[in-house]
Amino acid sequence: MSVIREADALPTAELAGRALRHESAHLHVTGRAQYADDIPLPAGTLHAAFGLSRVAHARIRQLDLSAVLAAPGVVAVGLPSDIPGENNYGSVVHDDPIFTDTLVQFAGQPMFAVAANTHLQARRAAVLARVDYDELPAILDVRSALAAQSFVIPSKTLRRGDPQAALVRAPRRMQGTLSIGGQDHFYLEGQIAVAIPQEDGAMLIHSSTQHPTEVQHIVAAALKLRAHDVIVQCRRMGGGFGGKESQPALIAAAAAVLARKTGRPVKLRLDRDVDMLATGKRHDMIADYDVGYDDDGRICALSVMLAARCGYSADLSGPVNDRAICHVDNAYFLEHVEIVSHRCKTHTVSNTAFRGFGGPQGMMVIEAVIDDIARRLQRDPLDVRRANFYGAAPRNITPYGQSVDGNVLDTLSERLLSSSGYRERRAAIAQWNAGSATIKRGIALTPVKFGISFNATHYNQAGALIHIYNDGTVMLNHGGTEMGQGLYTKVAQVVATELGLPLSAIRVTAADTSKVPNTSATAASSGSDLNGKAAQAAAQTLRLRLVEWAATAFDVPAGAIRFDNGVVWLGERALPFAKLVAQAYMARISLSATGYYRTPAIHWDGTALRGRPFFYYAYGAAVSEVAVDTLTGESQLQRVDILHDVGRSLNPALDIGQIEGGFLQGAGWLTTEELWWNARGELKTHAPATYKIPTAYDWPREAHVHLLQQQPNGEDTIYRSKAVGEPPLMLAMSVFHAIRDAVAACAAPGRNVPLQAPATAEAVLAAIEQLRAVETAP
Amino acid sequence: MSDAIRFVLDGQTVTVADVAPTMTLLDYLREHAGRRGTKEGCAEGDCGACTVVLGELSPDGSAVDYRAVNSCIRFLPTIDGRELVTVESLRDGDTLHPVQQAIVDAHGSQCGFCTPGFVMSLLALYLATPDAAPTRERVIAALAGNLCRCTGYRPLIDAGCRMHQYPTPARWSAADADRAERVQALLALRRDQGLSLPGFQAPRTLKQLCEALAAQPQALLLAGGTDIGLWVTKLLRDLPPMVYLGDVAELRTIDTDADGRLRIGAAVSHTDAWAAIVARYPMLDELAQRFASPPVRNAGTLCGNLANGSPIGDAMPALIALGATIELHHHSGTTRCLPLDAFYLGYQQKDLAPGEFVAAVYVPAPQPAQRIASYKLSKRIEQDISAVCVGINLTLDADAVIVDARIAFGGMAATPQRAIATEAQLIGQTLSVASFDAAAAALATDFQPLSDLRASSAYRLRAAGNLLRRFALEQTQAATPLRTHALDAGSLDAPA
Ligand SMILES: Cc1cc2nc3c(=O)[nH]c(=O)nc-3n(C[C@@H](O)[C@@H](O)[C@H](O)COP(=O)(O)OP(=O)(O)OC[C@H]3O[C@@H](n4cnc5c(N)ncnc54)[C@H](O)[C@@H]3O)c2cc1C
Ligand code: FES
Ligand code: FES
Repeated sequence: MSVIREADALPTAELAGRALRHESAHLHVTGRAQYADDIPLPAGTLHAAFGLSRVAHARIRQLDLSAVLAAPGVVAVGLPSDIPGENNYGSVVHDDPIFTDTLVQFAGQPMFAVAANTHLQARRAAVLARVDYDELPAILDVRSALAAQSFVIPSKTLRRGDPQAALVRAPRRMQGTLSIGGQDHFYLEGQIAVAIPQEDGAMLIHSSTQHPTEVQHIVAAALKLRAHDVIVQCRRMGGGFGGKESQPALIAAAAAVLARKTGRPVKLRLDRDVDMLATGKRHDMIADYDVGYDDDGRICALSVMLAARCGYSADLSGPVNDRAICHVDNAYFLEHVEIVSHRCKTHTVSNTAFRGFGGPQGMMVIEAVIDDIARRLQRDPLDVRRANFYGAAPRNITPYGQSVDGNVLDTLSERLLSSSGYRERRAAIAQWNAGSATIKRGIALTPVKFGISFNATHYNQAGALIHIYNDGTVMLNHGGTEMGQGLYTKVAQVVATELGLPLSAIRVTAADTSKVPNTSATAASSGSDLNGKAAQAAAQTLRLRLVEWAATAFDVPAGAIRFDNGVVWLGERALPFAKLVAQAYMARISLSATGYYRTPAIHWDGTALRGRPFFYYAYGAAVSEVAVDTLTGESQLQRVDILHDVGRSLNPALDIGQIEGGFLQGAGWLTTEELWWNARGELKTHAPATYKIPTAYDWPREAHVHLLQQQPNGEDTIYRSKAVGEPPLMLAMSVFHAIRDAVAACAAPGRNVPLQAPATAEAVLAAIEQLRAVETAP
Repeated sequence: MSDAIRFVLDGQTVTVADVAPTMTLLDYLREHAGRRGTKEGCAEGDCGACTVVLGELSPDGSAVDYRAVNSCIRFLPTIDGRELVTVESLRDGDTLHPVQQAIVDAHGSQCGFCTPGFVMSLLALYLATPDAAPTRERVIAALAGNLCRCTGYRPLIDAGCRMHQYPTPARWSAADADRAERVQALLALRRDQGLSLPGFQAPRTLKQLCEALAAQPQALLLAGGTDIGLWVTKLLRDLPPMVYLGDVAELRTIDTDADGRLRIGAAVSHTDAWAAIVARYPMLDELAQRFASPPVRNAGTLCGNLANGSPIGDAMPALIALGATIELHHHSGTTRCLPLDAFYLGYQQKDLAPGEFVAAVYVPAPQPAQRIASYKLSKRIEQDISAVCVGINLTLDADAVIVDARIAFGGMAATPQRAIATEAQLIGQTLSVASFDAAAAALATDFQPLSDLRASSAYRLRAAGNLLRRFALEQTQAATPLRTHALDAGSLDAPA
């Protein structure tokens, strides 16, 4: 329903800000876009597969691979003993073995890999291992881990004010609990790496990765090489969503170990089941809260225990949970607050980054608290939300001490309220519900405030490399990776704008550790903020060089030189860019430059949990309306209205794409996407047959998706734009709360809705029946 | 002597020999033919990244019918005699096909990995709707088998709605697809003796089929392969020699017999079978639409679903409720018919003797006093396996008293099964919510369902009872809205 209106584009001739198509769109639709699995490989390339554990927790008494080795086409197996360097792919805490040696810590853990002549041969051989396990007791969920005090890393507490005293003082007080499910990334392209041995012991890796530099370092450490011996390249991923931040190092390292052992190129492409069994997901969490509030629903004090299932190892769980802590406030001022965050160790796959990086789970907690308060007070949850919004000082300081500047939520939610007709629809829904016993409807507006920057300050840096060839064409490279979000398009738009060139003059090239070193993961929504600025710096360096030379060479004042659409204006005289460049080359002007950027103003004390971790905040809000079938618990999203803040958009078409896609992905997380383990700790939802992400049918029949206009970023970001990768996912909280609203309509007002996430039909029916049971209880 | 597989690709006849009969079409394309535009996202028919279009001669040999299928679970020998269309086939210099251009213009690709599959599903729809743009609903239905994790689908749906606004392309318009040359090319590939490869035979007549089965009693019958394909790609099984039913002329027909019963042959796809059933039983349209996805329905057969006999298969509850009969042939030539529910003996056990195969299913003609419905419960509306599926068929007398009740459930027991105790409760009652609520209590006698990833035992039992209530409500209070997806988003008029 929503379309990109012309007005969404900036009124400028510049390329930045225009709704241009994705740089690879013509390649995508013709099947000519090359992914790692499509790269033609040298003859003799081997195909590998992991051998996975079948039990959750055990000592390996014996691993008998004779049948594996004897299987048709098998050339070699890779075991811990084949790893010359470090048997680890964990980047923060080194507790993630590439191949586990003696201890199995989850069902699905790689124990070895086998290389064969074909992919199918490798897969068929990999399941032939005979393993003698000495099974150990397994901890499979968060509550059990809490009871056993089983943690991967120490717990953290963020406290401001005097929450305990304020809870006692508060006019009203209530406790509650929420469980929030995990989520599989389900990038359409599974994890894959190709390792190709090079001369003199070096290794070239094609990896589908958001973090080439980390792959480089892990592979080097595993092979006992140095960083300069390993080159990692990635032109594009078929989706990442955080799932290709830390996990690709495992795949690449295993492929590299086999390549080193056999001396042949090795491709390791995980089939869907292995991908879903062996790689991490979004952390599922549980929250127990205690809240004090007043008669207007204003929160006086909040105490939250937030416990995350990290799985068997640390992976990125530290920063994920730090971000969860930093988003429990979402859009609301919490004067007296305490958040205790436990990072639970379980014998399940190690959970990892996923769009929002813990933020969504943290925000789900406060939204549930607010909904519970509103139900108790028999108020519209929206009014309670707005009563708690961050405001003017002193109600503008987050629990971690950053002041919320440039807050647009009041304006934004006001506009959305009226454009969506929220009030009228709420009234109409109430009327409907009064007359409909079976189908109940619900509506909710939820806000998003999301902190932009990596919590870990040192990741907030980026580099770029630009070559101008002497025919006037430009090759652009930067440390960011393209996973579909349109980063390469946006950065090319920046460079084209800076050099006054048409987009066709710019060729974007694969992320490559040999071109731009020491890159950060393309994550935390920071891709265009960081790489856009770095590329801008490189482009400005080149432009300045050309201007300085041309001013002398053509005897015009530097101020009279302009670059515009492939033409350089030297005062009144126009010269095609290519001509100017050719002459500059003859004059021996360097036509290659690097650019570098570090985010200013941020600092973070990860122990005290205080500082300014975020350069700025991105905002948005959504109104969702659902219908719930009270007989089956099935729910359907009927309509959504979204207003989202991207500052001054770099590309409205791409930004709308991120918003719509993020929203639906979030809706899937909170409704149909259920991860289900059996009592033995085996994940049984490990393929699309059993794990249900949204389909086209799930996109609401009525949708109004818009960018907030005329709100340039108050901070000096690239052309005053704002990051858009992660924040829209959390707009989907409105879907969950609309369902809660519909469930609430099944019983008399005044009661909390015991609905947990994901709101599967079964969960919804359970909530309805629980609510009604309270009602009929004596 | 063994044959070679022959099919048409981009106007050329391609011949492939010496491949394992279980090689998938996707593997062939990507690993052997160097056509890597077609992607693998799951290898189980569920994501659509591997979608291609197959052209098949109509039974009378007069036209080619183009349909989307999943190449990841399709064995290469089964495309013998057909025309294969992949995303590369659309290439026409730098000019994009309307389907492709519409996706580009709608910003319908982000990571792009799903995109070739969407292109092919939309191409099939484009060819099937030559005269006018499809409705939004039709576009969404056509895309039910394509997952996209990036876009949220809105631009892809828009692209499908707008693809007809572009100039008709030189290649792969409906007119181009209708060209006589295409028919000729496939006629030229027709065989009298079916394709025969080591481990694979594709008889063309019932007689040849019986001979093949007599010669190889242990052979595996392969129909659409939408179950069997996964045994290879997911379970990594070695298969016995296969006998393919898809080319057996006598099994490809839908007829009406003297009693007005539909006879649906074993090689008839779900797409065609359900079209015929829904024409007689319009209330089964939703079940038909929610059965798998278009590419799976284009490949898989109704009889394969019945023969496979999964406890969570969707065709059985409705067909058992309707009183369908299954026709079994033995390769020796004997034939017998069984009520469908009698075919299922226990978990994965059927009343099927060695050498026997399902030749057809008979679906009775509708009767005036019947009240019929089928409901499917799954986590996701589109393309999901049922947690619970039910088929209900009541016969009422002149006083609206229930004189016959056939209620069959999937997902509640080890086989698709009738709710005998519940049915008994209903006989003699009037059709009312109260009588159904009372009868629902008997479900606990009929079934002790399992808990698994799709639903808990408690939910299954509870929801099954509530589905009976839904039926009673729908039959007695037609004016009240009872289904979420039947609601119009815009209209919030309070129910009457
Ligand atoms: C992505 C996907 C989604 C699906 N969704 C659904 C769904 O929503 N609901 C549902 O019910 N099913 C679903 N299925 C399964 C469904 O497609 C199959 O059950 C299908 O109907 C089987 O038919 P086929 O022709 O493909 O059988 P095949 O795979 O060829 O054969 C299946 C079995 O039946 C046997 N067989 C086939 N034909 C005969 C015959 N004539 N006589 C004797 N034995 C025979 C075969 O030997 C084999 O054992 C889905 C499958 C996939 C891949
Ligand atoms: S690869 Fe997913 S449907 Fe074929
Ligand atoms: S564009 Fe990435 S999955 Fe569809």
